[in-house]
Amino acid sequence: MRASLFVTCYNDTLYPETGRAVVRLLQRLGVALDFNPGQTCCGQMHANTGFRAEAFSQAKRLVRLYQDTETVVIPSSSCVAMIRDQYHGLFEELGNEELRRQFAALLPRIYELSEFLIDKLGVEDVGAYFPHRVTYHASCHGLRGLHLGDRPFRLLSKVRGLELVPLQNLDRCCGFGGTFSIKNAEVSSAMLSAKLGDILDTRAEYCTALDNSCLMHLGGAMHREFAAMRTVHLAQILASTEASPLEETA
Amino acid sequence: MTHVAPNLDPRTAATFPQAALPILRNTQLRKNVAHATDVIQAKRAKLVAEKADWQALRTAAAAIKDDVLANLDAYLEQFEDRCTAAGGTVHWAADASEARRIIVDILREEQASEVIKIKTMTSAEIQLNPAIEAAGIHAIETDLAELILQLGEDEPSHIVAPALHVNRSQVREIFARCMGLPDLTDDPQILTAAARTYLRKQFLSVPTAISGANFLIAETGSVAIVESEGNGRMCLTLPRTLVALAGIEKVLPRFRDLEVMLQVLARSATGERMNPYTSLWTGVTPGDGPERFHVVLLDNGRSAILGRKVERQTLRCIRCAACQNTCPVYRQTGGHAYGSVYGGPIGAILTPQLMQMQHAQSLPYASSLCAACYEVCPVKINIPEVLIELRAQVVDQERNHGARIFDPMYLGMRIANFLFASAGRFRFAQRLGRIGLRFFTGKDGWIHSLPSLGARWTMTRDLRGLPDQTFRDWWAKRPKEGQ
Repeated sequence: MRASLFVTCYNDTLYPETGRAVVRLLQRLGVALDFNPGQTCCGQMHANTGFRAEAFSQAKRLVRLYQDTETVVIPSSSCVAMIRDQYHGLFEELGNEELRRQFAALLPRIYELSEFLIDKLGVEDVGAYFPHRVTYHASCHGLRGLHLGDRPFRLLSKVRGLELVPLQNLDRCCGFGGTFSIKNAEVSSAMLSAKLGDILDTRAEYCTALDNSCLMHLGGAMHREFAAMRTVHLAQILASTEASPLEETA
Repeated sequence: MTHVAPNLDPRTAATFPQAALPILRNTQLRKNVAHATDVIQAKRAKLVAEKADWQALRTAAAAIKDDVLANLDAYLEQFEDRCTAAGGTVHWAADASEARRIIVDILREEQASEVIKIKTMTSAEIQLNPAIEAAGIHAIETDLAELILQLGEDEPSHIVAPALHVNRSQVREIFARCMGLPDLTDDPQILTAAARTYLRKQFLSVPTAISGANFLIAETGSVAIVESEGNGRMCLTLPRTLVALAGIEKVLPRFRDLEVMLQVLARSATGERMNPYTSLWTGVTPGDGPERFHVVLLDNGRSAILGRKVERQTLRCIRCAACQNTCPVYRQTGGHAYGSVYGGPIGAILTPQLMQMQHAQSLPYASSLCAACYEVCPVKINIPEVLIELRAQVVDQERNHGARIFDPMYLGMRIANFLFASAGRFRFAQRLGRIGLRFFTGKDGWIHSLPSLGARWTMTRDLRGLPDQTFRDWWAKRPKEGQ
């Protein structure tokens, strides 16, 4: 199986350990993974803030870059949701017919990481070992945008040593919302405070998710508060084994 | 309770972040809102779960409304014909001021000194009560929540439960003060009994009433009102003259469409299989109910939304408030922060559109785009999609505005776009950013304080400092397989 990693702009810059974990995990599962260094951003930030022309140029760039790629894996549910929910509308409004055709052909070959593992590779037990108490935060885009359903739970339940703690109000947003966290920083913080209460109540050591943007928000607050919990992308848990445990980061 | 009545006029209200700020410090209000929305959400979830065909009902409801919106002119004219034939009088109001004038003129013709009212958000939308009072006529709200707000000189914060932000001890205080009942307790039964005694006099003595409308039926010329307290039934049956104010999008083609609409509305709005009172009436009937019946059909910006492909779905709304109850933003702020009678997700898309995008431009941004609203909407309004569309319109408006050239958000977005256009530029910016942010990064490797827009992040959140190596650099330098 061949696949190409679209790591996303913020994982590339801020959370390279997530990208490295995807590489380790997929290589362990026998996937020939490639990385196209021409990649930058999917356009989500611009699109969701109302900068449509800019979002369009990034969307166009991504489609052109991957039009001949067999399978694209993206370890970020919100970036996948951006592509699935918004590219079509952008191309319809601003694009040309050729771009729409290219996108329609590419779309079914784009997978969020948990979709790729379960739907494409047909694997739930990835051979991971992670002897910790973990709670899963369902990012809004994964939950309601991609309808990931129980995929993350199926993957986590097969991780040896892992104790999964259910999270109350699982479907409630953490308040990040991209530029919402800046434009409406106070309301965003109020939402974060409520969400963090539910998460800390689990008394888990790690809060995981399929989206580092939520985790940047939650982890930023945990760090500020010296909370007894940290965040880790699901890919990093799945990449962990006895021989190769979780990579230490700041 | 000392308070300043919130400003719900989108033309003059503060922006959403500004209006939200004092509310976030009002712990009583936030507790009230969180509790009330939790209760309604739980009831709704239970009753929706028992309908195996819930998704089919949503699809049917959306289809009915789409048909209405595609043929609105025809259905409205049909409604006018049938209602007129049944003895009603139909008035057309292009905007709020025309609607106010029509209604005040009717009240003057009736020589009314008082008028009883059923809860109607449309009346609040057109700021009807101040116009009625200015004409020397006393408007009496008969819905329990509206009565609480009227006596407490407060404003609605929720579409279905307008006094949702007020708890019973606050209601006790308002009733005790305004009804002259110093010994009142906060027992809900005692409070409703006090309201009942207070209102009963008005029902029996005031011969003129104003209502809204949940649905208008084109096929029969009927008007439908659903409510929970029976005050509506009183207002619809006892007075001599009845005026119903309805937005033009409230029309339904056929009587049988109610089968779908009443099911989705009751379950979504109050978490009930059926609401306690459903009143349907057609024109006038001698010896039974009002002798004179007027319907005021209000446009007030609605027809302009009809022609817009993405935004049109906004007009499917049946005002159930399920989106407000589920919204994590509304949960923190309640409705007043939205500076409109329509708060929450639906208000964030409806209000700026009713204002022709000339006011309330901060509302499309009052959402984290979590899409909980879309999931519960009984008429499947894709609110996040409309929010993004409206944001694009706001940006188009603002970016041509000279003052925005050096706005950090606009500047940042332009720079980011320039960088994302080339991997080489992006890589260069990553390196530059790593060097620049080093200055703000603490010994623990984390950033605790940033300037400018970054300060909006670090006010409550740390940010991990940029790692020494980006993923792309690691990938380029990693030992290759087979080496």
